[in-house]
Parts: sequence; C-alpha cells; structure tokens
Amino acid sequence: MRWLRQSLDLVLTLTAKEVKVRYKSSVLGYLWSVAMPLCLAAVFYLAFKVVMRVPMEHYALFLVCGLFPWQWFANSVQAAATILLGNASIIKKVAFPRAAVCLAMVMNDGLHFLLSVPVIAGLLLIAGKHPSLSWLFWLPLLFVLHAALVTGISLVVAAVNLFFRDMERLVVLGVTLLFYFTPVIYSETMVPAPYDSLLAFNPMAPLIICWRSLFLGGGVPLEHLGSAALWAMGILFGGMAVFRRLSPRFAEVL
Amino acid sequence: MPPAIELFHVAKSYPLYRSLSAGFKHFLLHLPRSLQDLRAPRHLALRDITLSIAPGEAVGFIGGNGAGKSTLLGLMAGVLSPTTGRITVRGRVCPLLELGAGFHFELTGRDNILLNGVLLGLTRTEIQARLEAIVAYAELEAFIDQPIRTYSSGMLARLGFAVAAHLDPEILLVDETLAVGDARFQKKCQATMAAFRQAGVTLVLVSHNMDDVRAVCSRAIWLDRGQVRLDGDPTTVIDAYLQETSHAPAGP
Ligand SMILES: Nc1ncnc2c1ncn2[C@@H]1O[C@H](COP(=O)(O)OP(=O)(O)OP(=O)(O)O)[C@@H](O)[C@H]1O
Ligand SMILES: [Mg+2]
Repeated sequence: MRWLRQSLDLVLTLTAKEVKVRYKSSVLGYLWSVAMPLCLAAVFYLAFKVVMRVPMEHYALFLVCGLFPWQWFANSVQAAATILLGNASIIKKVAFPRAAVCLAMVMNDGLHFLLSVPVIAGLLLIAGKHPSLSWLFWLPLLFVLHAALVTGISLVVAAVNLFFRDMERLVVLGVTLLFYFTPVIYSETMVPAPYDSLLAFNPMAPLIICWRSLFLGGGVPLEHLGSAALWAMGILFGGMAVFRRLSPRFAEVL
Repeated sequence: MPPAIELFHVAKSYPLYRSLSAGFKHFLLHLPRSLQDLRAPRHLALRDITLSIAPGEAVGFIGGNGAGKSTLLGLMAGVLSPTTGRITVRGRVCPLLELGAGFHFELTGRDNILLNGVLLGLTRTEIQARLEAIVAYAELEAFIDQPIRTYSSGMLARLGFAVAAHLDPEILLVDETLAVGDARFQKKCQATMAAFRQAGVTLVLVSHNMDDVRAVCSRAIWLDRGQVRLDGDPTTVIDAYLQETSHAPAGP
C-alpha cells in the first residue's frame, strides 16, 4: 500500500518536474501541445485538399483525429532519446527505479493528449457531428494501450541512447518515416493491394485507426483493437526487458 | 547485530565506452576496432575490497584523487553496481554524493526538496510536513523559490545536507559536500552528525579535510588506488596518510 502510494508520488513529482523544465509553465505547455497538431493539420489540409484535391469528406477533421494521438507518440519517443541525459543529476546520485523517469515523460505527453480531446470534440461539433457516449468506455482503454506502446519504445530509445549517443538522430528519422507509413494523412482503406499487408508490420497503424474511428464514429474496429493490444503488450514487455538489462550501467556512462 | 554495510570481495571496473558514446555510425564504420574496445581491459577503480561497517559506526574514507572513494560511496548508495563481489546494505540510506546530488537545476529550492524526498522514498505528504524545518535548517528562506542554478556552491551544500538530515536516515553517506559551506554551517553539520551518532545512525564520510574526519569519525579507512591501504583509529590512519603525502615530491 505504502509502496503504491510512494511509486505514484514518484511518477507524479517527476511529471510535474517535466512540465516545469520543458515548458516553464503548464498553460504554455498545453497550448503548445494543442497548437502543434493543429498547425500540422492545416498544412496537410492545404497540401492535399486544397492543392491536390483529395476527394475526401471532412478531411480536416479526419486529419485532426489522427494527428493528435500521433503527436503524443512522436513527442514522447523523440524526447526519450535525451530524457536520461536530462536527468543525469538525479540518476547518478540517487538509487530509484529509473523507468519512472520515462514513465513520467510519457504520462506528461499523455495528459496533454487527454486535455486536447475537448478540442477534438469542439471541432466535431463545428463539423455538425457530435462526440459519442461510448468514448467514456473506449477512451481509457485506448489510452492505456497507447501509453503502454509509447512507454515500451521510449524505454528502449532512452536506454540505448546512453550507449550510442547518435540514436537521437536515428529516432527523428525513424519517426518521420513511420509517419508516412501510418494511415494518419490517408485512410487505411485507400492503400492498394500488395502494400496494405505492410500495415500489419506497423505497430502504430492499428492504434491510429482505432483512435480515429472512435473519434469520428464512436466505435472501435475489434480486429484492429486486437492487434493494437498485442503490439502494445509485446513492445512494453520487450522494452522493459531491454531497459532492465541496461539500467545498472546508467550511472557509469552518464 | 549484523553489519549495516558489508562488502565482500568487491571490485568495480569502468568500461572505456569510447567508441560506444561516439554513436552507431562510428561504431559501424570502425567495427573491428570497436569490437576490440569492448573486450579491452577495463579501468579498475576498486579491486577486491572486503570490509564491514557496524550500525552506529562513523567511518571516514580518505585517499588521493581517483583513489575510488566516490565509487565506493556510489556502490553503497546503490547507484552503481559492483563488477564482481557482493555488497549488502541494511537500513534506509540517505546518500549525499557531491554537490547538487539528486537536484534538478531548473527547479526552485522548494520543488527540489520535494523531488529529492520522493526520490529517496518518502511520500509527498511526509515531505510537505518537513518542508519548513528543512528550509529553516538550511537558512535559505529568502532563496527557496529561486531556481537552484542561481545558488552558490555553499547554498547547494546547505540544501542538500538539510534534506538528507531531515529524512530520518539510518545510514548517511556524505561525499565531501560540506567543505564548501561557511564556517558556521560546517559547525552546524558537525553538530548534526554528532547528534546522529548519538542516535545510532551509521555515518560514512568522504573528505579531504582531515579535521572533519577527526571530529566526526570513530574509524578511518585509507583508500589507495582502489585498495584499502590502512583501516583503523582515525589518528593513526590520518598520520600515516599525511606522512606519505609529505614525502611526495613537491611541484617545481
Ligand atoms: N563514470 C566513470 N567512467 C569511467 N571511469 C570512472 C568513472 N567514474 C570514476 N571513474 C574512474 O574511477 C577512478 C576512481 O574515481 P573516484 O571518483 O571514485 O575517485 P575519488 O577517490 O572519489 O577521487 P576524488 O578525491 O577526486 O573525488 C578514477 O580513476 C576515475 O577516473
Ligand atoms: Mg570523489
């Protein structure tokens, strides 16, 4: 019981620290996390709807529903590369579960994502649609899966970057490439025959598909939910194994 | 009573991660040399240390730069893990390793007290209850809401020691952080450590200030290039240590 309380306090305190260090103020951090995906959505809308005339209804809304969850993934995974370096002063001097630093970072970005859900709801209303009551059930479930997947990848990125310091640049490249392989700016149904099977190898694809279908339609396609859950669990446990193996060395390579 | 700290044939070597921290690209471009580096002999910071510290003892470690004192304290704090051998620590450890240990420089003093306390295993409510006492002890009331990057070294040392002293330590590890405090604060620290000794707290002190070791410790251990050179009564050990340093050739 005390252990649980203490672990919770540890992650909470580190999360609060993350907000303060990264954005200087929590309001600014929130605004930033909302403005970023909206700007991206505006740019893609201009490029694909206005210029290239993609025949798709509610394309702006479609973009927003995929970009917000994607931004959580991208932010956390990219920040993971430097998160241990940024916390060197506490890792080198105090023995505490190091994974808490990564978890706090993912929770910070996750919290910002949750706070942006009202923005999505508002845009739905503007488009003449409305949020569904089923969100109350599916949203927490998808949140947990998303957090698990992002945490798993972040643990690996954070740990490996201490030993190979150019991991950071590879991660930026990887996240950018993955973005175009993931149905964020296009729908999974638009991918032609031989290539659509590639989606099965993309851990982010089923999650993004689930988020968007939840936001736009109020339901979640169960086959995608299944593969999202498998990916999330696999990656989380894989990431924890790698992290646990490398973490005793952290203090000496920082 | 079982010892508070027990080291059994402990050795610690640091790998020379040179090629690794240069990144993937360097690693792959210079693959043969990189693999050779991985297998190369590593830097031995501590070799075969066996010692035990009884509960309530106050032990001072002395020795030259690079002798392995900080490494030893890191092992006791559980921040580092030994390469070979076994280390057992019984009781709540409060480590105070170097200046600004466990602090984040962009946060205010107040936030850092919370952070440090939580990292050391307390809950937020427990720390909040002691916050005023910690600030008062450190005598930093006027600066407590400033980011600690604006603190002087002495102020950092005050804050660090104040937090460690208020967390009910059973084992207190202090690595030469007190030297930068002013005379008055050093007096205060010595008094606090004496009170801790009375209360049966185990103290491990690393210092280059022999007066500190004499004043606080009941036992001194001289570390020399990763090995225990002499272990015993502080006066004897310090005299032997100073004896040898006085024979060292002086600079030009
Ligand atoms: N993270 C590290 N990576 C590689 N080598 C290290 C690391 N930390 C310490 N060393 C090496 O281990 C040896 C012991 O270092 P340590 O910091 O324990 O010395 P010390 O006795 O505390 O010295 P000082 O009196 O200067 O504080 C040194 O030779 C140092 O170069
Ligand atoms: Mg040292």
